[in-house]
Amino acid sequence: MISLLDVHKEYARSGAALSGVNLLLRKGEFCFLTGHSGAGKSTIMRLIHMAERPTKGEVRVSGYSSAKIRPKEIALLRRKIGYVFQDFRLLEDRTASANIAFAMEVTGVRPKVIRAKVGRLLAQVGLAAKSEALPTELSGGEQQRIAVARALAHDPLVLLADEPTGNLDERATRGVFELLRDINASGTAVLFATHNLELVRRNPGIRVIELDHGKVVFDSTAGNGGR
Amino acid sequence: MYALREALAAFRRAPLLTGLSAAMIALSLFLMGLFGLAAYNIQRVLQRVEQRIEVVAYLRDDAAPASVTAAQHEIEQYPEVREVLYISREQALRKAQAELPEFRTIFAGLESNPLPASLEVALQPNQEGPQVVESVANRLRAFPFVEDVRYGSDWLGPLYLLRRVAGVATLILGGAFAIVAALIIGAAVRMAIYARRDEISIMRLVGATDGFIRRPFLLEGLFTGVLGGTAAVVLTFVVFDILSGSLFRLEWLPDLWVLGGAGAGALLGVVSSAIAVRRHLGEV
Repeated sequence: MISLLDVHKEYARSGAALSGVNLLLRKGEFCFLTGHSGAGKSTIMRLIHMAERPTKGEVRVSGYSSAKIRPKEIALLRRKIGYVFQDFRLLEDRTASANIAFAMEVTGVRPKVIRAKVGRLLAQVGLAAKSEALPTELSGGEQQRIAVARALAHDPLVLLADEPTGNLDERATRGVFELLRDINASGTAVLFATHNLELVRRNPGIRVIELDHGKVVFDSTAGNGGR
Repeated sequence: MYALREALAAFRRAPLLTGLSAAMIALSLFLMGLFGLAAYNIQRVLQRVEQRIEVVAYLRDDAAPASVTAAQHEIEQYPEVREVLYISREQALRKAQAELPEFRTIFAGLESNPLPASLEVALQPNQEGPQVVESVANRLRAFPFVEDVRYGSDWLGPLYLLRRVAGVATLILGGAFAIVAALIIGAAVRMAIYARRDEISIMRLVGATDGFIRRPFLLEGLFTGVLGGTAAVVLTFVVFDILSGSLFRLEWLPDLWVLGGAGAGALLGVVSSAIAVRRHLGEV
């Protein structure tokens, strides 16, 4: 479903971010992407999201190729990709439900459908009671759950989670991780970038890809016990 | 619907910024309106002066009346000519006495009438351009009984030059003010984009198309332009009303000009927003 084929990415100022990365993420798979800061985790996420193009090589996502995709197709592709960040990126002046609804409003979903779906997503992330709360009235873990709900608004094929627990305490980290596991269990692939090795170690059944200086230095396979 | 709601919300969220933008557009278009008002009234004055331009052919004393009558009929057939009047020597003297009363004693002391007979040629409306006037004068000169032709050649040139200068000045100043207004709108849109950068980044994140992202800004530009244009028309009318009631006798602008001004505001708003959005959307 997602493949990176000999992908290189260089920036004019900071130099090579990725060097010859090959990676395949299958439908419904859960995968940790680990490595130190600057190893290239976020670059891979942005390439999959087609926010950037590789300097060399090709990124393929759900039939679209980075070499051929047109701007309008990028917008359509992004509806198949959920994306959550360490800093949540919620709109501060909108309630939890309005933040989730926003993702559908701006892609032309009908209001009736939006209303029904927002309620369902809030229930899925366990925050039905907080639908009218502003982000500033929610804890970090709750904000990340709202961000996850927003990412699920278009029933994505894959959820890109870029350090989603980086700002959370242990309990909230566990809660968000379990939520992502549940989402994965219902068929959505999850690519979970993290440098929280403790979390990785506690979940030995999950595939791990480790990056170092823009190269894949380790790739376990699902079910082999990890590292 | 979303675009309309967001465009209107922009006025509510940042009333100072959008109000300032509309005020600056209004100011720019108001200045254009004032200049347009002045240019239009200059034009009207020139038109009235032009309507009084006539070509006068002075006749030799020995001109045969039959030849003069034939020539009068021929000249009346020129497409540029509205009317030809024959003024005899006696009529010329009576006219001079009536129009120049300060020379009455001189006229009374004359032993003979020194004034020649003439043909006064009035031109059709919109046929008063310098080339047309000169062309008619040259054809009159060709008649053998015509002694001299006068048509105010010494002041006609500067008159048309003044009109050309007024026209060019309208274009240059109007263009300059339009550019100023466009820059202001562009700056306002840039600020609006910056103020909404989080929203825009989320829109991109979840798969909104570029067209969808741009639409509220274009509508905001349209509304700002219409608001500014309408305010400019009102302000221009207020100034017109004050001036024409006290200092000058002015004519209000034709409806088409007024509509054009308001429409120009709207167009200016949309186009400036479109350019600014295209330029600055990539920055967020």
